[in-house]
Amino acid sequence: MTITEKLLARAAGRDQVRPGEFVSCALDLVLANDVTAPIAIDEFRRMGAESVFDTGKVALVCDHGTPNMNIQAATQTRKVRDFAREMGVVHYFEADDSGIEHIILPDKGLVIPGDVVIGADSHTCTYGALGAFATGVGSTDAAAGMALGECWFRVPESIEVIYTGTLRPWVSGKDLILRLIGEIGVAGARYRALEFKGPIIDNLPMAGRFTICNMAIEAGAKNGIIAPDATTLAWVAGRSDREPVALASDPDVSYVQTVEIDCADLEPQVAFPHLPENTKGISEVGEVAIDQAVIGACTNGRLEDLREAAKVLKGRHVAEGVRCIVIPGSHAIHLQATREGLVELFLEAGCLVSTPTCGPCLGMHMGVLAEGERAIATTNRNFVGRMGHPGSEVYLAGPAVTAASAVAGRIAGPDEL
Amino acid sequence: MKATGTVHKYGDHVDTDAIIAARYLTTTDPDELAGHCMQDIDEGFVARVKPGDIMVAGENFGCGSSREHAPIAIKAAGVSAVIAANFARIFYRNALNIGLPIIESAEAAARINASDEVTVDTEAGIIVDHTTGEQFAFQPLTDVAAELVAAGGLVPMVKERLGKA
Ligand code: SF4
Repeated sequence: MTITEKLLARAAGRDQVRPGEFVSCALDLVLANDVTAPIAIDEFRRMGAESVFDTGKVALVCDHGTPNMNIQAATQTRKVRDFAREMGVVHYFEADDSGIEHIILPDKGLVIPGDVVIGADSHTCTYGALGAFATGVGSTDAAAGMALGECWFRVPESIEVIYTGTLRPWVSGKDLILRLIGEIGVAGARYRALEFKGPIIDNLPMAGRFTICNMAIEAGAKNGIIAPDATTLAWVAGRSDREPVALASDPDVSYVQTVEIDCADLEPQVAFPHLPENTKGISEVGEVAIDQAVIGACTNGRLEDLREAAKVLKGRHVAEGVRCIVIPGSHAIHLQATREGLVELFLEAGCLVSTPTCGPCLGMHMGVLAEGERAIATTNRNFVGRMGHPGSEVYLAGPAVTAASAVAGRIAGPDEL
Repeated sequence: MKATGTVHKYGDHVDTDAIIAARYLTTTDPDELAGHCMQDIDEGFVARVKPGDIMVAGENFGCGSSREHAPIAIKAAGVSAVIAANFARIFYRNALNIGLPIIESAEAAARINASDEVTVDTEAGIIVDHTTGEQFAFQPLTDVAAELVAAGGLVPMVKERLGKA
């Protein structure tokens, strides 16, 4: 069996499962946020549920429109907060000690290797980096999960993605996943599991692994997964008192598809509007002027990402007319970035540093684009209207290219500065 | 389910941001959401759509964000069924869960034109395009999907499990 099949079999109480089978799995965590929880709460009540299945296995994170951007958003957040209090939900996060859901849940040790997790947010697949089965669902599925502590799944076929070679300077997890999506397309892994492996992954720190699994959904995948190794276990140690279950695919297992990506020639990638599959190497981008640069989101809002951006921005200044918005992914990251002097460095470089929020990533607040405006962002989606007006454009890249572009005033790699 | 209506046709990879933009996600009211359905890629949709109408699209319909607001907006706009070559998986689950009929048929998705008059019969597994005279058979839902539809969605199913039905 593949690691994905093993995880599902274990949670279904079965010895074996096969791709295509339907299984009902026990859940280790159910997540919803300030956009999806309000509907989930209504559905939960319509189901006649009176309590959540386990007050320690539900996470409610208000991160999309927070700090509340208007009265409607404030009303939704209050609904989630009131529900969390009423149900006695332990893991409710909103202001201090909070941040973007997919950054804080792993950071706080709420997901560990072996877990099966659903979240009413498509980027729940991020936690596959820990060797957990994690997938996005809608609000009604999350409501059922909160009520019953279980969820049905169709066991997915797995695609293996092997990264070989060595990484060139300024190439990070973001470039590895953008390259794959460029190759297989936004529906290339529809209904399937993406299993990432190879020497590049073995040597990749957790931050890069989270970025890769975060964007598995951008290829249509049900989940992204990386088998836990020493890096994973060292990262998890001290974050949770639960025992991690480190599984791996059997050596003789067969995959529906194998994609091999040789990184020797891989340069930093940029995804052009309006699909994440429209990728180009930085040398092929040409002259693309920008109005805004955004460094943050569940894709690249980790400390390592901020350090990468800081390396580029150090001693430099954002180009005139460009708004560069830096958003640490969590309160703890914001604090650490301040302690390390990164926040001061960003401010001196002319960046705007925001409190943790999804904000501009989904065009909600803190940097919405006007018609005709163009942004480069470390986020994960560049659909029509994703960051604001339907006539605006979003280009996706890693932290180094995004920071360099902010300085150059056009899409540029750090080596061009 | 049997419904007849006019076709609204779209291409591949219609994402949930296009179905309902994030700037409208501060409400959960189906009618309010319906008022902004498809706005960013088809401004005239809301004015044009009539109860019973049918949406037809290409591959990977409903990709992107997990927002259930998307199928809710389509359903509340009066759309009786969505036909696509195939669906993104979260949208597929969400549609079944809330009772929005969805049909996978690559052939129908390719051959039906915008503004055609079409009848969808989910029991018979048949789509009839009255404008072109063509018919398309499709596979009925199986397993959990069929159970969900028979139960009227996920809410009644869980309600029964909890002994609250
Ligand atoms: S940062 Fe963007 S992609 Fe990530 S959870 Fe928030 S809105 Fe979704």
